[in-house]
Amino acid sequence: MYGALWRVLPGPWWVRLVIVLALVAAITAALVLWVFPFVDQFVTPQDVTVEEP
Amino acid sequence: MAKERARRATERKPRRRVSVVGILGELFITAGVVVLMFLGWQVWLGNLIDGNAQKDESVALSQTWSKGERPQAAAVERPDPGPPVVGTAPANAVQFANLIIPRLGADYTRPIAEGIGVDDVLRYGIGHYPGTAMPGEVGNTAYAAHRTGHGSPFFDIEKMQIGDSIYIETEAGWYRYVVRSLEYVPPTGVGVLAPVPQMPGATPTDRLITLTSCNPVYTADERMAVYGVYDTWYPRAGGAPSEIAALVGATS
Repeated sequence: MYGALWRVLPGPWWVRLVIVLALVAAITAALVLWVFPFVDQFVTPQDVTVEEP
Repeated sequence: MAKERARRATERKPRRRVSVVGILGELFITAGVVVLMFLGWQVWLGNLIDGNAQKDESVALSQTWSKGERPQAAAVERPDPGPPVVGTAPANAVQFANLIIPRLGADYTRPIAEGIGVDDVLRYGIGHYPGTAMPGEVGNTAYAAHRTGHGSPFFDIEKMQIGDSIYIETEAGWYRYVVRSLEYVPPTGVGVLAPVPQMPGATPTDRLITLTSCNPVYTADERMAVYGVYDTWYPRAGGAPSEIAALVGATS
């Protein structure tokens, strides 16, 4: 999978490396900004208040 | 020459076989890395981002109330400030105060909004239980905040010690409460919010504060309550308490 990605990228190895690093950065940003906060509300305890039963 | 070498290299390279197991393995490794990243975000990066945002908001509130002036430290020997000014509770999710706890960090200040909604209040800081007393009022002024995620304002709440200061800053000034005790209760333990905690129906004569969060950390099985007793207040014109003057005088 990643091998195939490396082969379809154009340019010499350092250009490919730059593209791959940019992809990783973009995916990480998307995870931190949107995906993690969304998933968080289902897996993290949200109850911090005392309430009537 | 170089082109020739490259052509020969591609010719010589055998065609790679795509293996299902290989792709599956790479997917699993990717999933593992993403889960680790989530954990890192949850316990560290996310709280850093949200906590800083909450602190900045808190400092901005303080500056609005000081009208841009840097509050000076109040003199240790000062005239009796008299009974504290008590404000009225604002509408739901409106920020009206800051919570400042030196034990939780030299730069610990977080905004307080009315209400305890998970989505409209608690993700942006501290929530004030509706219907409980306002800061400085006779009775029990009660607050809740996250211990895990959304800036974790109360992550270190169990480190509070008897005698620690809890400051509430409002437009009127700073109210100082002193930690008296901790209690652990079930999630239904609303007695901690009573005007006299755990004595429903009793008529309050003291000014108390209760902070609640979940317990143990990272779970929601129990609630913990930190109780404090009113000590004094500092009208804004007279300067900030010396313990937190450096923080509330900070510009950002």
